[in-house]
Amino acid sequence: MDWIQSHLLSAIIFTPLIGALGIVFVNRKRKNQIRWLALIASTSSFLLAIIAFATFPPSQAGMEFVERIPWITTPRIEYFIGADGLSLLMVLLGTLLTPLAILISWESIERRAKEFFFFLLILETGTLGVFLALDLFLFYVFWEAMLIPMYFLIGIWGHKRRIYATVKFILFTMVGSVLMLVGIIYLYNLTGSFALEEILSHVSSSDHVLSETTQTLLFFSFFIAFAIKVPLFPFHTWLPDAHVEAPTAGSVILAGVLLKTGTYGLLRFCLPIFPEAAQAYGPFISVLAIIGILYGGLVSMVQQDLKKLVAYSSISHLGFIVLGIFAFNVNGIQGAIYQMASHGISTGALFILVGMLYVRRHSHLIRDFGGLAASVPQLSIFFILVSLSSLGLPLLNGFIGEFLIILGAFKARTLFGVLAALGIVIAATYILSMIQRVFFGPITNEENKRLRDCKPRELLILGILTVVIIGMGIYPQPFLRRLDGTTKQILTRLEGGRIYFTEKHNALKLPVEIETVAYRQPEIYCIK
Amino acid sequence: MNLWLIPIIPLVGALVNGVFGRRLPQKFIALIGCGAAGISFSFSLWLAWQFINSSSSGAPFIENYFIWIQSGGFEANFGFYYDHLTLVMTLVVTGVGFLIHIYSVGYMNNKEGFYRFFSYLNLFMFSMLTLVMANNYLLMFAGWESVGLCSYLLISFYFGKRSAASAGKKAFIVNRVGDLGFLLGIILIFWIFGVVDFKSLFYLAGGLSGKVDTGLTAICLLLLLGAVGKSAQVPLHIWLPDAMEGPTPVSALIHAATMVTAGIYLITRSHILFETSPFTMQLVALLGCFTALYAATIALAQKDLKRILAYSTISQLGYMFLACGVGAYATAIFHLMTHAFFKALLFLGAGSVMHALSGEMDIYKMGNLRKYMPYTFYTFLVGSLAIAGAPFLSGFYSKEAILAASLEGPPGNIWLFGVALLTTGLTSLYIFRAVFLTFFGSSRLGSSLAGPPQESTPSIIVPLMLLAFFSVAGGWVTYKGYMGNEALKVFLQPVFSFGTPSAAADKLHSANSQVLVLLSSLAATGLGLLIAYLFFLRFPGWAKKIPGQLGLAYRLISKKYYMDEIFNTLLIRPLQWTSDAILWKALDVGAIDKVVNGTGRGAIMMGSWLRRIQSGNIRSYAVWVTLGAVIWLGYIFYRD
Repeated sequence: MDWIQSHLLSAIIFTPLIGALGIVFVNRKRKNQIRWLALIASTSSFLLAIIAFATFPPSQAGMEFVERIPWITTPRIEYFIGADGLSLLMVLLGTLLTPLAILISWESIERRAKEFFFFLLILETGTLGVFLALDLFLFYVFWEAMLIPMYFLIGIWGHKRRIYATVKFILFTMVGSVLMLVGIIYLYNLTGSFALEEILSHVSSSDHVLSETTQTLLFFSFFIAFAIKVPLFPFHTWLPDAHVEAPTAGSVILAGVLLKTGTYGLLRFCLPIFPEAAQAYGPFISVLAIIGILYGGLVSMVQQDLKKLVAYSSISHLGFIVLGIFAFNVNGIQGAIYQMASHGISTGALFILVGMLYVRRHSHLIRDFGGLAASVPQLSIFFILVSLSSLGLPLLNGFIGEFLIILGAFKARTLFGVLAALGIVIAATYILSMIQRVFFGPITNEENKRLRDCKPRELLILGILTVVIIGMGIYPQPFLRRLDGTTKQILTRLEGGRIYFTEKHNALKLPVEIETVAYRQPEIYCIK
Repeated sequence: MNLWLIPIIPLVGALVNGVFGRRLPQKFIALIGCGAAGISFSFSLWLAWQFINSSSSGAPFIENYFIWIQSGGFEANFGFYYDHLTLVMTLVVTGVGFLIHIYSVGYMNNKEGFYRFFSYLNLFMFSMLTLVMANNYLLMFAGWESVGLCSYLLISFYFGKRSAASAGKKAFIVNRVGDLGFLLGIILIFWIFGVVDFKSLFYLAGGLSGKVDTGLTAICLLLLLGAVGKSAQVPLHIWLPDAMEGPTPVSALIHAATMVTAGIYLITRSHILFETSPFTMQLVALLGCFTALYAATIALAQKDLKRILAYSTISQLGYMFLACGVGAYATAIFHLMTHAFFKALLFLGAGSVMHALSGEMDIYKMGNLRKYMPYTFYTFLVGSLAIAGAPFLSGFYSKEAILAASLEGPPGNIWLFGVALLTTGLTSLYIFRAVFLTFFGSSRLGSSLAGPPQESTPSIIVPLMLLAFFSVAGGWVTYKGYMGNEALKVFLQPVFSFGTPSAAADKLHSANSQVLVLLSSLAATGLGLLIAYLFFLRFPGWAKKIPGQLGLAYRLISKKYYMDEIFNTLLIRPLQWTSDAILWKALDVGAIDKVVNGTGRGAIMMGSWLRRIQSGNIRSYAVWVTLGAVIWLGYIFYRD
């Protein structure tokens, strides 16, 4: 038990890998055993993640559950992992979505099921490693490791143009990765370490200030890798293709978890290591983010393919996240992190639902549907609920993040906040048009009359997602509180110790009796 | 005080019916749906009693349950706020809501999706109560968007019908434009005041009165955008007429009595902010005045009974805006209340007619229905008299008060009064046109009906009678003085005088102007009635000549000033075309992806070109080596 406690994160990362290795030894004909093994492995990882999340002290500022073991002596590479609120939230998201992805593939993956679940579990280990690694080299290993299973998932189990999509996806990401590798090696030469904390203390000490050019170049070597992964406009064109061709589980993990590694990288590495460059190019990046929000939404509005529609809507939502990050204030960053989790749930759920429609009709084209609310009422209700969470209806998960991001962006630059807010009108347009075309109106296609409504397994998946969607919308506090430490650290680094946020820029003062009721200022934001 | 009990009960009802309704018998569903609304109404009454008896000082009840969102200095709670204004709103919402629930049992009897209907209706009650009871702007916004959602679900209730599905979508999207303003308004409130909860905000803003500030004006304009969307004022009114696609009880509850008045609630609740911005106040008054007249003219030429009532609602909401704009908040709330009674009554009466005629809504295909449906006729007549402003009925008192305020209030003037007066005449004209064509004259019923129309069941008639009673008596809360809305005004005094020097226009009016207002408005009402009588009952031939005689003017109003067409041509189609042809096909696929694929192709071309170097031919290698050596040597020599 003690061993588990001191190696909790390793257990979370490698439980799926152990499951994958177990699958290797199962006869490929015993599909049921394979599925159950995959489900048990990924669910155990999820339960461990819950333990980690629950025991993580909310006020914690630094890393918790740290494990640090030397791996290679020269160059000095360590197995160095740890977690703060940000990584734990991402781990929770990844470990929740993987079992759901396994459940949704339960029957729909018939061909080469053994390999499929094997790769899915490897993929999970890769992504979890990315969120927990604190050694840049280790991070890079996981970062590349998660590409390989994704390559096979799309390439083998994908749809018609899967090869084109896979190659595009891999090449796009590789371009970024290689640049980042150069950056990592440069940083190692500079600081003599791959460990994040040592790099941070090195570059922030006054005798080793990076020159402007160096910092800018290094910043972009990391930034482009992450921006492609996000994907930020104009690096986004791999995403619609990858989603359209990927099998359902692939899309769920891709949209739900993989895209978040990009924004995670921005928060974990780009902002803290290169604060000056981040601030210098912040406005420029924010503009790209806003273009992404509006552009993704507008293009989404005219799509004929459900998966493409959701893919473009992701570009819009991820634009919100990047905008929040580069607002450089508490609201923006916390909103962005919350939106990362929330988008993973909502968009993951949308891909799951689109997958359920595909199983029934073997099509992703909107014109093949219409009037489904009459033939599959349960599925329709879940679909509408998830869509509403995606368009940011209050009391559901999507609203919290979007609201905080707009709040933060508005503070950073009024115009940015206003433009981003336009995105929520556009979101209503494309989401409701989709609902209308797929679920409302008369049934025009005979085939749609005889569709089967949700099976128990599907109800289980959708039920879990619904609980999460409503729960995260009504009671976000447990998550937001665990982000305080991370946010504070990032902002401290950005501002060189000064956190500009809570100074109220009005001279109005509340009397004490009102203050105590209505206005509780968390201590950590007080200006020293 | 457990304020949360009021909204939570309809929520439970919605969940029970929503989750289990499909397998429950209809009676049980009706019992849960109506029971939830009824219990909620009883709680509201009880709470009102508690409040009136406890609050000698008029201090609001405030309850905080838990923190909803807290990030940095921002904090919004789940919590409720109950003062005199909330009291009036909760009673209207739960009271009228309860009656409409009962009506729906008869109206929706044996219709497909009975459980769904009651589930949505209960959910609406929950959302609307959250809206009016929230103790901070963000929670109010949550209620605000949720009522929009319920409206969407209920308008598209017959989702198999294309027009219903489109109308629902349109309502939600147009409302979202307004919501965008509301949301940005909240954000600006936070950045200026540092709080979003009412108590702290009103305290801070109370110290500001008289200060003019662009930030405050911006807040007010943004909140106004929200109110304009929800309360269907020009130019965001286009969703409301289409919303009549929903079942009639929905039109009565959501699109007449409660949800559409949320905009007025928002303005009156935020009146302390609005008073810091005279510009916004003037805009509110002008907008309301214009909308009142604009919608009333359209109502003159509609053939669909529900659409006439829809435009009438827009027009009446315009009156309420006008009252807010001239600072007569209590009067606006008074009219909101009386309007909830008589407009719900009119809609439910129209529903009863529609029910009897298998869905027919064209008033030119009705006539002489008073013979077949006496109860429906008499109650409808009461509603019509009330909206037209016949003496001693509820609409009379509230409309007089608005007219007086538009003349006498600080920003009021003769022009506002004149337009409002003209609208009074038009109101009387359009509503009696509908009454005469529907219930009088000769029957023009289609032959498709099986037999003569039947009067509706008691479940429908009883709510009609109760609403008719309130449409008459609802104005008597103003028993002091025959015109000013004394009692209600005094009651709401603690809300509207809080922190402000003057809740100005609610003050007593001079005797002279009272007489002027009274006489002129009675004359306008009478004139409208007379014209309606002459054209649509006495000499029907006259009415047939109108389209020819008035030409363009008639076409304009019968086509609703072509607003939908204008929006379509100027906004929606260009936007779709841009998104499709330019952004997606030209930019995304045509340009960005071309570059990406071009890079790939470039790499392949370069590779295939470089491949030629490795031909495996020794002679060509020798040439390359020699060439390389020559160049290298040349470079070295040259450098020296």
